[in-house]
Amino acid sequence: MTEFLTAAVGLILAMLGLGLVSILRGPTDADRMMAAQLIGTAGIAVLLLLGTVTGVPAAVDVALILALLATFASIAFVKKGLSRLETDGADPGEDR
Amino acid sequence: MNVARDIITVAGVSAGVFFFFAGTVGLLRFPDTLTRLHALSKADNLGLGFVVLGLLPQTGGLRDGLKLISIWMFVLLAGATVSQLIARTARQSGSGK
Amino acid sequence: MNIATVFEIALAAVVLGLAIWTIAVPDTYSATVGFIAYGLLVALIWVRLDAVDVALTEAAIGGGLGGVLLLGAAARLRDTEAMTTEGPSLIVRLSAAILSASIAAALAVTILLLPDPAPTLAPAVVANAGATGMTNPVTNVLMAFRGMDTMLEKVVLLLAIVGVWSLASDQAWGGRPGPRHQADPNGVLAFLARLLPPAGIVVGIYILWTGADHPGGAFQGGAVLASMWLLVIMAGLVDTPPVRSRWLRLILVAGPGLFLAVGLGGLCFGSAFLAYPVAFAKPLILSIEVAMLLTIATTLGLLLAGAPERSAER
Repeated sequence: MTEFLTAAVGLILAMLGLGLVSILRGPTDADRMMAAQLIGTAGIAVLLLLGTVTGVPAAVDVALILALLATFASIAFVKKGLSRLETDGADPGEDR
Repeated sequence: MNVARDIITVAGVSAGVFFFFAGTVGLLRFPDTLTRLHALSKADNLGLGFVVLGLLPQTGGLRDGLKLISIWMFVLLAGATVSQLIARTARQSGSGK
Repeated sequence: MNIATVFEIALAAVVLGLAIWTIAVPDTYSATVGFIAYGLLVALIWVRLDAVDVALTEAAIGGGLGGVLLLGAAARLRDTEAMTTEGPSLIVRLSAAILSASIAAALAVTILLLPDPAPTLAPAVVANAGATGMTNPVTNVLMAFRGMDTMLEKVVLLLAIVGVWSLASDQAWGGRPGPRHQADPNGVLAFLARLLPPAGIVVGIYILWTGADHPGGAFQGGAVLASMWLLVIMAGLVDTPPVRSRWLRLILVAGPGLFLAVGLGGLCFGSAFLAYPVAFAKPLILSIEVAMLLTIATTLGLLLAGAPERSAER
């Protein structure tokens, strides 16, 4: 069972790495805004599996914080990314 | 009993890994921001859901199980909202067309 | 080489690759996004190393609040960056690279030269774990064995707030920090800002409460509360409080104040400064932590909100 879960952790981590490469390469800032979301899903899955594999039940609490704070970071990405458009003279519509 | 639990775990986590795989393929293959966002938010949230489902039989008790489910709920709620905001930004900046 | 080693190598490779990308990318916004992702991923490494308390702090500060602070800085720098046509000269960049590389090398050498086994006080901490009635060794160290350091840390947070506020112009002094955020009250962001904070506040308090016996504590809980507060502010549902408000300042000094009062009580009635009476150790520590939770949440929120920019009347 442990081997199976460790393999699953490794696979999801590899997906996370590949996804990050694709997201951070862009081309636009809107692509990069997805980074925190990717970690908010795949990173949490890795964390939960890791907690079970290594027998650290408190990893669930880290996942809980990660879920909340990754959301917060994503929203900040969008808000601060919007102010770039404002300086470019485009009307961002401020999350309507 | 233990075997039944392990079967659920193997099935759930495998399904989760599959959806993460699908999401990453989408991220790498889809051409523009909006379609990639679609791949990321839908497939990955489903993948996390299956992983949580698979880990539920391995948890110590009701409290730990509820924590796992609430994590997934947070991620779903946040994922839906943030995807909306990102998609809107992408459309306004013109890259989503 | 078993499968766990492969996983560890993969994790290290992803984090290192992300770190190099963050340094190499020229655009400030992209670098900040990379840094936040890096902070969130480093939390995974801490969990692998069995340092869950550190992982919680890293996820909350390195990934969440610290990153958002950098994003704010990047948004402000954008205007000046657009105006400057040339970047820093080659000499500046080269000397910055040499300085950073030598610091990294010095750290690496220090770690590699540590005697094996490294000198540690961990057995003493474990042996005295029962003295406070709490079983999380990290909380024991922070609140009892090295309580003085923790108290002074909170004073440093207070000084940081004073430093940020002192950047305000004379007209704005005593006013509200940061811009007023506008958002559609029926939009998705406002919807999330109504739905998530109640659950987030419960999580913050849970992290504080579980800190007695499991990883967690006031700092991590406070960071969660601060992020929920800022979420509501960013959604435009509430405004930042004017910094001259009396209750705000009371909350800001509540944590260190109570800590200091308990410490002086130990000096008067007990054996030393910050000596807890054995019978009341756990309730005293818990009440200090509750006060600190409020102080930390408010301080972190205000640090991110920035210097007062608008007069309070508007």
